[in-house]
Parts: sequence; C-alpha cells; structure tokens
Amino acid sequence: MILEDGRTFRGDGFGSTGLALGEVVFNTAITGYQEILTDPSYAGQIVALTYPHIGNYGVNEDDVESRGIFLAALVVRSYEDFYSNWRATASLGEYLERHGVVGLSGVDTRTLTRHIREAGAMRGAVAAGRYDEGDVLEQVLASPPMAGRDLVRDVTRERVEVFSPAEGDVRWRVAALDCGIKNNILRELTRRGVEVTVFPATASAGEISSSEPDGFFISNGPGDPAALPYVVDLVKNFLGRLPVFGICLGHQILGLALGGRTYKLKFGHHGANHPVKNLATGRVEITSQNHGFAVDAASLPAGIRVTHVNLNDDTVEGLRADDCAAMSLQYHPEAAPGPHDASYNVDVFLELLERRTQKTFGF
Amino acid sequence: MPRRDDIETILVIGAGPIVIGQACEFDYSGTQACKALAAEGFRVVLINSNPATIMTDPEYAAATYVEPLTLSAVAKVIEREKPDALLPTVGGQTALNLAVQLAEAGILRENGVRLIGANLQAIRAAEDRRLFRAAMVAEGLPVPRATAVGTLEAAGEVAAELGLPLVIRPSFTLGGEGGAVAFNVPEFECAVARGLDVSPICEVLVEESVLGWKEFELEVMRDLADNVVVICSIENVDPMGVHTGDSITVAPAQTLSDVEYQRLRDMAQAVIRRVGVETGGSNVQFAVSPEDGRVVVIEINPRVSRSSALASKATGFPIAKIAAKLAVGLTLDEIPNDITRETPACFEPTVDYVVVKVPRWNFEKFPGAEDYLTTSMKSVGETMALGRTFGEALQKALRSLEAGHEGLAADGLNRLDGDDLRERLRVPNPDRIFYIKLALQRGWSEADVARTTGIDPWFVRQINKLVELEGELGAFDLTSAPDELLRKAKRAGFGDGQLARLWGAAEEDVRRRREGAAVVPVFKAVDTCAAEFEAYTPYYYSTYEEENEAPRGEGRAVVILGAGPNRIGQGIEFDYCCVHAAVAFRELGHDVVMVNNNPETVSTDYDTSTRLYFEPLNLEEVLAVVSSERPEGVVVQFGGQTPLKLAGPLQAAGVVILGTSPDAIDLAEDRERFGRLLGELGIPRPEYGTAFSLAEAREAAARVGFPVLVRPSYVLGGRAMAICYDERALAHYAAEAAEVSPAKPMLVDRFLEDAFEADVDAVADGDDVYIGGIMQHIEEAGIHSGDSAAVIPPFLIKQVHLETIRDYTRRLALALGVRGLINIQFAVKEDVVYVLEVNPRASRTVPFVSKATGVPLAKVAARIIAGRTLAEQGLAGEGRAPGHFVKECVFPFDRFPGVDTVLGPEMKSTGEVMSGASTFGLAFGKAQLASGYHVPLRGTAFVSVNDNDKDNVVPIARDLAALGFKLVASRGTAARLRREGLNVEPVFKVNEGRPNVADRVVSGEIDLIINTPMGRESFYDDVTVRRAARARGILVVTTLSAARATVEAARVLRQNVATVQSLQDVHGARLAK
Repeated sequence: MILEDGRTFRGDGFGSTGLALGEVVFNTAITGYQEILTDPSYAGQIVALTYPHIGNYGVNEDDVESRGIFLAALVVRSYEDFYSNWRATASLGEYLERHGVVGLSGVDTRTLTRHIREAGAMRGAVAAGRYDEGDVLEQVLASPPMAGRDLVRDVTRERVEVFSPAEGDVRWRVAALDCGIKNNILRELTRRGVEVTVFPATASAGEISSSEPDGFFISNGPGDPAALPYVVDLVKNFLGRLPVFGICLGHQILGLALGGRTYKLKFGHHGANHPVKNLATGRVEITSQNHGFAVDAASLPAGIRVTHVNLNDDTVEGLRADDCAAMSLQYHPEAAPGPHDASYNVDVFLELLERRTQKTFGF
Repeated sequence: MPRRDDIETILVIGAGPIVIGQACEFDYSGTQACKALAAEGFRVVLINSNPATIMTDPEYAAATYVEPLTLSAVAKVIEREKPDALLPTVGGQTALNLAVQLAEAGILRENGVRLIGANLQAIRAAEDRRLFRAAMVAEGLPVPRATAVGTLEAAGEVAAELGLPLVIRPSFTLGGEGGAVAFNVPEFECAVARGLDVSPICEVLVEESVLGWKEFELEVMRDLADNVVVICSIENVDPMGVHTGDSITVAPAQTLSDVEYQRLRDMAQAVIRRVGVETGGSNVQFAVSPEDGRVVVIEINPRVSRSSALASKATGFPIAKIAAKLAVGLTLDEIPNDITRETPACFEPTVDYVVVKVPRWNFEKFPGAEDYLTTSMKSVGETMALGRTFGEALQKALRSLEAGHEGLAADGLNRLDGDDLRERLRVPNPDRIFYIKLALQRGWSEADVARTTGIDPWFVRQINKLVELEGELGAFDLTSAPDELLRKAKRAGFGDGQLARLWGAAEEDVRRRREGAAVVPVFKAVDTCAAEFEAYTPYYYSTYEEENEAPRGEGRAVVILGAGPNRIGQGIEFDYCCVHAAVAFRELGHDVVMVNNNPETVSTDYDTSTRLYFEPLNLEEVLAVVSSERPEGVVVQFGGQTPLKLAGPLQAAGVVILGTSPDAIDLAEDRERFGRLLGELGIPRPEYGTAFSLAEAREAAARVGFPVLVRPSYVLGGRAMAICYDERALAHYAAEAAEVSPAKPMLVDRFLEDAFEADVDAVADGDDVYIGGIMQHIEEAGIHSGDSAAVIPPFLIKQVHLETIRDYTRRLALALGVRGLINIQFAVKEDVVYVLEVNPRASRTVPFVSKATGVPLAKVAARIIAGRTLAEQGLAGEGRAPGHFVKECVFPFDRFPGVDTVLGPEMKSTGEVMSGASTFGLAFGKAQLASGYHVPLRGTAFVSVNDNDKDNVVPIARDLAALGFKLVASRGTAARLRREGLNVEPVFKVNEGRPNVADRVVSGEIDLIINTPMGRESFYDDVTVRRAARARGILVVTTLSAARATVEAARVLRQNVATVQSLQDVHGARLAK
C-alpha cells in the first residue's frame, strides 16, 4: 500500500489481486465489515479498519446494503480466514474475491490511522501482486482527488425500482433518489408502511413527480456534494412542494439546495460511536457515521435550523427547514452497521408526511 | 443538567475485606467515586472495614470510618454525619445489600438520606430474581425458563417440568456463591439444599440450563437525561456454566456480527431502563445459542462490578468516576473524556486491540477442594493483557499470571498428563486452556476440541494457530530461525522465555538475537477512540508493530513495578503501597511510570501514575519499558515478591534499582548469608537447618528439636509450610508435600510453640530507622502472620522485650543498608526475642500500621528513595497509635466445601478488616464483627489451656463467670479453675471419650472457645474442635491476649456502647500526608 505522500505499508493480500486506487480513510467500528463493504458511500475509497481482527464471523446472505461492493480496497491488521457464526455462509476473503475486491492484511492500521489523522485523508493505492513502487505512486498522483469528484453516477441504479411493505397497507408513498442508497434505509421505510419508489440520481423532476409521491427522500452516497449540481437542482424542484428527508450525502445536498455550502473534513467521520446531540430534546444518540464532507453551519440562510450537532467536533449533524418541511441528517439513522439510537428520526419524517397530508386535506 | 445542589454530604459504602468474588476492583471504583464526588464539591463520608484500601486513606473523604460493615455501625455513622444521600453502587454486593437493609429498617427515611445511583426499587428489581424475571417478561425480553422456590420439594416439582441439567442460583449471595449446575437428581438435591442454606432469604432459582451457550456481557451507563451508552462488550471464552469471574474473557466480543451485537445493545438498554437504574454503570449478561443465535438475558448488576473495572481498564473509560458524577445529576454530555480532553464522555469507546483476562486460582492452598469450575466463583485474582491479536493478548495474560507459565505454547510445563484428556476438556477447570493446547498438539481436530469444551471454534482456531506456530518454531534453533519467523512469533505473543525453552537457549541469548534482528516491541496507547483523536492520558501496552507512541523518556522518571494478580499471600496491600509510592514520587516532582497487569487495582488507574504500562511483570517486558522510558531507576520494594525477584536480573541487565540494593535483598533472603549476619549482630533466631534429602531433614530436626517448621526453600505466603511434631509427620511431609530433592531443598526450623509473635514495619534511610509500629499477633504462634489477627500497640509483651525488638529492628535495618521499607517478624519465648524472618520490602501490614498511627509508611519510604531523609521528613523514633487497633482476617472456606478449615503456617486468608477503639476489647470485638464473627455476649464458654497459661486464665474465667457465662473446661483446666472457686463443668477432650467437646460444639452447646496450644498430644485434638467450631461460626481464641480481649469485648458490646470513630477524629491534626 502506498499513500500519495510516499508512505508505504506492507502486508499480505487476501481476496482479489490487482491494483486499487482511492482515497484512504479509516473506520473505527468494531463490527459491521460486511455492511461497510456493501455501502455504496465508500465508492472510490480504500477503507482501513482500526479493529484488528476482521473476518471472525464471516459473511452471510442478509447483512448486505446494496447490490455489490463499491469500496476500492479493504485494509486490516489481521484478516481471519476462519470464521464462526451460525449465519455465516462464506469467509470474508471468498466474498472479496467473488466481488473482485483487493484486501490487505498485516498492516499496522493504527499507525496508518494516526498518519491520516495528522495529515488528512489522502489518495493511495493498494497493489496486490507484482508492481513497481514508483509506477504505483505515479498512478496515485495522477488519480482524481475526492474533492470535486462525482461518484454518484457510478453507483446509482439504472432503473426505477419500487419497494413495498412486506405486510400491511401502504400508508405513504415516497420517492427516493438513489445516490448510493443503503438497503437498510429501504427496510426502515417499508417496515413502517412506506412504499418507496427508488429513482436513479439522474432522473428528471417530471419522472419523479409523475409517481405522485407523498414525500421525497435523498439518499446517502459517495463523493463531493459540490460536484452534484444536477442533483441539487433536482432537489430544489421539490422543496416546498413535498416533505423532504436527506441522509448523509442527501443531507449535504439538501444543505446546498437550501443555499448553504459544504466543505471537506480533514479525515471525515467513519465509525459507529459518534455522539450526536438532538438540540430539541437534549438527548444524545450514539450514531453510525460515514462522511468526508460536511455542511457549513455559518453558510446557512435564515430560517434553516441546525437540529443536531456532533459532540466531538460541533459539526452539523441535522437540519430542518420548517417552512418547506425539509429535514436531513448527516449520520445514519438506519445504522447497519451501528447503534439503533437514531432510528426515531425515520418516524420524525413520517410525522412530516402526516402533517403535510392533513394540511393538504385542509386546503 | 448541572450537578444537584440539594445535597451536600454523601455517604459512600465500601466493599469491606477482600473475599472471593469481591476484590480490589471495589477499591478502584470506590476511590474513583470518592475523588469524583469531592471534586464536584461534595462532602464525602466513607465507611469501609478494609484498611488496605486507597479509598480509606484519610485524604479521600472528609470523614473516613474504618468500621464494621454492619447495619448498626452504618446507622451510627449516619446519625453522626447526617449525610443527605447514600451512594450504594460502588461497594459491590456488600454495599448494595447494606443499602437495602438500611432502607428496610427505616434508617434512611428517619435520617432523611436519599439513595442516589440506584434506588430501592431498581436494586430489588435487579437482585430479586423473581422481580427481575417478571420485569424482563413484561418488557418482552427473553429469559431462560425458571422458577424460584423456597423448599426442596418445590424444587423437585420444577425439576420434573424442566428436566436436567438445571442451574441452581441462591438469591442474594455474593459472586454467585452457592450456585451450581446439577446433572443428576442427587446433585440437584444437594445443590438446592446448599443454595437454600446460603441464601439469606432461603430461596433458590431453579433454571433451564443454557449450559454451553455463548456468554456475553455489556457494560452500560445511563444518566438522568436517559442517555444510555455501552462502554464495552465482553465475550466469555468459557461458555455458560462457568462463573464469569472464573472464565477467560475477551473484550471486545469477537464472534458477533454487527446485527447480533446491536441486538444485544438494544436489549441491554431496555434492561437498564426497565429495571430502573437511574444513573451509573450496570453490567448486563446474555447467553446466546451457538446453534441459532437465540438470546436470553441472564442478569443485571445495578452497580459497578468486577466486569466494569475490567471494561474501564480495557477501554480507558473510567466507569466508576463517571458513574459517581452521574449520580449527582451531571449528564454524560457535560463530562469531558479525560483521555481525549476535547470530546465528551457521552460516547462509546472503540478499541483497536484485543483484551484478554485470565483468572488466577489458588486451589493448591486448599487440599481436598475439587478444582473444577462452576457458576460459583473460586478464583482469587486475575490478569489482563492487551495485544493486537487474541493470541498475543492471551499469551501475555498467561505470562502475567506468575503461575509458572511463559505463555500458552512452549511454556515448558509438562506436568499435565493426558490420561483423561477428554474429561479435562469437558469439565471446566483452571488448567483447561493448557489441556486444550495439549489436545491440539496431540492431533485432536479443532472441531473435536470445540465440541468437547463448548468453546467457540473461533477461539480454538486462534489457540491452534499458536500450537502450529510452536511447531514451526521447533524446526529451528536460536541461530537458524529466520528473522521473519522470529518476528512472527513475537507478534503472536511468544515471550523470550518461551523461545528460549523451545530452542534450548538462554533467555538472555534470545533477547540479544532478537534485538540484533531489530525485532523489538513498540508501545501503543489505550485511548478510547482507536486513534481517531489525540490522547493525553498515556496508557500503553507493548506489541510488535511499526510505530512507537510512548514518549522517549527524559531520564527523570521512576519506574514502579506492581504486584501482578491478587493471590493469597500477595493482595491489595501491595497495590496500596505501589499507589502510595506513585503519589509520593509525583508530589516530589518525579514522573512515575507504573508497570502492572492486574485490572482490579488502583495502581492501574491511568491517573495514578504519569504513564501506565499494562504489561506482564517479567524481565523481558520490564526491560522493554526501561529501554523506552530510560528512567532514573526502578523501584521494586512496593509490589511484594513479584518485583523483588526481578531486582537481581534487572541489575544484572544494567538497570539501576532504587532504594534497598539487590545485594541487601539477597542478603535478607539467603538463609546462610542472613544467618551469618545475625551471628555477627548477636541476634538470636530459631535453630535451623537445610535439607537436601529426607535423611538430612531427619538429622536437622533431631538437631534443632521437635516440633519443627518445614517448608520448601522459596515460597510466598507460607506455601506448603507445615509444623511437624514428630518424625512420622516429617517423613509424610517430605514425601507428600515438598518432594525434597537436591534441586529443591527443604528448610527445617525449630518451631517456637506457645511464643508471642510480633510483626514490625519500619522505614530506614541508611542512617536512621523509624519504627512504624509493633503488632502483636493474637493468634497462637505457628499461624501464618497473614492469617493471624494482630493488635497495635502490643498487649502483653513485656516492655523489656519491646525494647529488644526495637533495638534489633534498628540494627538489622542499618546493617542491611535498607533504604525504604523493612518488615521483621519476631517471636518471644521464655524471655528470649528471636528474629523469624526479615523482608526488606513493603509488607502486608503497612496499610494497617499506617492507618493505626496516621503515618503513611509507604509514602515515607518512597520519599527516602527519592532522597529525603527521615530527619527531613520530621520522623524519628516510633509511630504512636492513639487507641487500640486490631487487624482480623477473612477466609474463603465457604467457597470450598469440605476443605480443612484449620489455620497453620500456610496462609489461607484472602483479606482483612481493621477496627479501632479506646480499649483492646472493644477494638477486638468490632474486628470480629467486621470479619463476620460474633463475640458471644452470653452462653457457654469452653476453656482449655496449656500449663503455662493456667495461672493467667483464672481472672479471665472469673470475668466470664461474672458476665453470666457458663464454664466448661478440659479436665486439667477445670481442676485449676475449681480450685479458684469457680463453677466449672469438666468435659472430655476428643481423644478422651464421648460425648466430648467436639460433640458439644456440633450440638450447638458451646458459644466461645478459649484454647491455647498444648503441643503434640493435643494438636490433633485441637484441630478437630476448631474445625467443628469454624463450621458453626463459633469464635475460637488461641491466645490469652485474645481471650482477655474477648471478655472485654463481650462486656462492652453488651452495654451497647460501641461507638464509631473516623480516622480524621482519631488522628486529628497529627495526620501526616
């Protein structure tokens, strides 16, 4: 493994072989590697896990967050080929190999983490096989930086897809914009009686409107929100017309659509232990996070409330635009992986839908 | 929410003496709580009967009561101090139970005391298994099927319904005491009967067995704003059926996916909310079926616990400190994380290492105890180790045990026989981890091992990796092993000692070879956040990785070596001394580096020292710390025998030993050298000999004269020590216990029967000696000093002999060149003062003497080591105790049914209590109460004394009679007392016929026994009587000093004028820092 500043880390390959380029980030969650692998938000990133033993419980058929693996490579301290868990169906190595993803084991991931913490997230490469160090470094330096990068086009689905509640009546219909949506968001919505129509991120406002939704959802996803003017414009179409809910990248996009700015964090938030305070209730929730960009609180126009803040660094974790019934969260109420403390937020969105429905009837 | 301002004074109840199931983790949490509450501006009042605790140091509370943890004593403290609130959650089960009693007796309400941390309803809901089950069921949480019963008959009906095996859990007992698993009907009936007996409310829960299921614990914290966070998950390597205190455990959980872990987290939150623990830390236990993942909630401890101490050390998150702050109204988001400073305590720590805890047992001390493990805890201590992998951490933890293991693989111990290997794997026992290794080495499949033990295959795989690596290493030797393989072995946690054994090389050569190949450890920080944020509170562990995070030392630090795991003979007292030394050095401006591996302790709290290294206390690891820290030197005299034995090797490796020199240590420990020194000084010691064979032992015994005290040459806590009254016993001992051989000599000392024994703790600076105190044993001679009650000041030793003791102490300390602490044991017999033993180090009694006299001896010693003379510290002469102070011991016999309970030269106690009063009698009586015995206030006293004591026992017997006691006595004693006009009924001794005194004891007809030793003839007789007495909790006194004290105590206690006094009141302005 080589970083753009020339720092190298050696280890043993597992999973697939080849050269993987991407932005190197670290994730501090102890469990949940399968969900991390299948979260499209990691597209374009080489993910180092700080917990050393990875692979212990194998992989299974259920804990899958999308149609594949989107991250560029996985870097761990100690890959465990032997797994033990009643749900497991394969080893992590087999899983990576099946998806053509490179794994690297034996790396001092703590040293790597401290390096990134000090120097910031940076480009890098994992080269599993025979490669010339100089060549690889050149490729790293030639690769695009994360800032300014549109990765949504790479991960969004090509066709519209509808997800219905497994049981019970459909209470609401929500149009969801797939910027890299995680399956658990769909699960959380459908189990609450929401029928979700998922649109490619490149869909037009007209296409979406024609599905006659009760609300509009903007998903999580990879890359720089500032590189997505087409999505921001699309969202503006619905502001004030439908209740809007954004998660992660969707939150940043909403921030931009409401007139705010976003900026890149030094090394981002990637983990399952970030404390977030709900400013309305004073309660603290332990959250699952995965983002490299954030909304600048100072840039927000009047009328937009910050509803949640990160207790570690005071960054914006939630927004609310009351006059247009829009809300967003920088973190992941759907968890997967991570704690379930924040799942009440999905219900808050449903309340918005409820209120709007009543208002409509009132007119 | 800001802190509450409606309360001012808070009463904290400590956990009392160290017993199995409740050890120094409660000093760690109690100390944190007291500090945190004081820092928030509250007036803290503390009661704890255990003097060997940091929390009972007078600076941690406004008023410190070293008094019995009984309802009446606590009530008196409440009446005197008028606290507004009681914090019952940092003193273990003892404090929780007392809080319930205080509430039920109406004492809290009468005095306007509120419970904080956990309220009565929450304690009841958590502790009463029926209420707990009902609460879980109401919340929709899964529990094992079970029914609580109060009779054997009812239990039988439940058994018929649920089917065997079944778990029997007595209600309201400590550490699962009395719990058992029954596989057949007789076992079941026996376990239920015993459980009903030990349960204070005579109730047991008969429960569906989840034996063999995976066991997990979550450490949960909640604040008044209802924020709930999980600090740590712990997975038990040993599956359900072994008490978690007896299990090898690992943090974080290794074999759960996120979905499964989050389910446990959700349930843990639901449990703490449902039970209603308003604030603080709780421990929630789960069992998970390995087949289908079915989860059941096992229990919640609504207080800090052994597991929370482990979780604190494993993550760097100080649970007890935060719990105390939450109890007074602060919320998690208002409290900063000390380690990162910038982030709040309201988060969930994440780790980037693996933590393994291994229990330490002392079965060898209890011959006849069956060494298998059940749901009733039997271990006396534990070690913890951190590594980057499970294998590395496991090997380091095993190495830290000081049980002769260098790790798991290649530890050179071939004492296991594999005859009944399958049985040794199937039935949990202290050596099971080594039997697993043996089975794998013999070619058992991992699957077979996992099936037989019930241990998750993932752990078996990790163990087998070590076995495989051992095989790989075995193909090479010291010179031929490739550097990469060497590195791989070190990364897997192999110690230099293991490699040395494997390669038939010297450990020193392995170290050189390794350093030559640049295979050296680095230190990584424990920072609560997996390096996401910068850490300011340095707490380190060694591993073999790229980057060293420990700051390069500037040569000003002092390294203090700790005492390692608690074991009988080396317990909390030594940790107390290490903490004092750390505080003293820091006050003098030194950086202090602490090395230790016991997660229960205050010394391993990250703010005790400047830098903490959580490491095995072996030469290899200590040298690595020294080479990184480059300290002024290493201090070895505070941590007991563990660091002391490293003194020589460290010095040989070029390390400066601060304080008493290794040569002086050797001089005191080497019998021959020490004998010559005593000869030169003209100080007598009992005649002695060293034997390399049984014939030599016989010769030596004949020369010094029977009875003799015999022991192997290098022992701690009187291990395998015995008194032999005749040749037959000597031969038996040589054959059975000590295996005397040229490599293992046996020491033969004349035993001074019926002597007065005394312990002295002193400090010396090279020119002057300060005597901390002289403690007289109030148990007969021959009982290990650690098992003997003691009184300060001495009670019946003549002034002239006390002068001699002082003189010998001064001359010995100066002759040895002691710089720091020294402990000397004396015996006085027939007007001769003998020196029995000299230890140029901290002793078990340092905390007791320090609290009795108000002079903190360990701090004084540390200052001497740092260069401050006694004169500069304003100390000369001898400490003065304002009143009478008694130390009494507590024993773990209730954990080992059927084991011989008679005391002797081998130490068996796990802990101690202290009490003070204006008279010896009252102090003695309170000490008995504190240790769980009762001084009888009326009834029948049995008196049987030797000829020397016959005159002096008369006034005692007269006093007993005056108090209304009925007297019975052995023939000789009875005759003597009758001559004095006392009404005495004679009774047979055991060897005289029946019914004899033992029969009377068993029938409950005797309430007090006064029995001084009478030599060989009566030795076995005494044993029988005492055994019967102990089983019934009857007080046995074996010296006339104790007998007098007992009479006095009975008198005072009958008048109910026993008072409580705080250390601050007792010592007043004299209290030295």
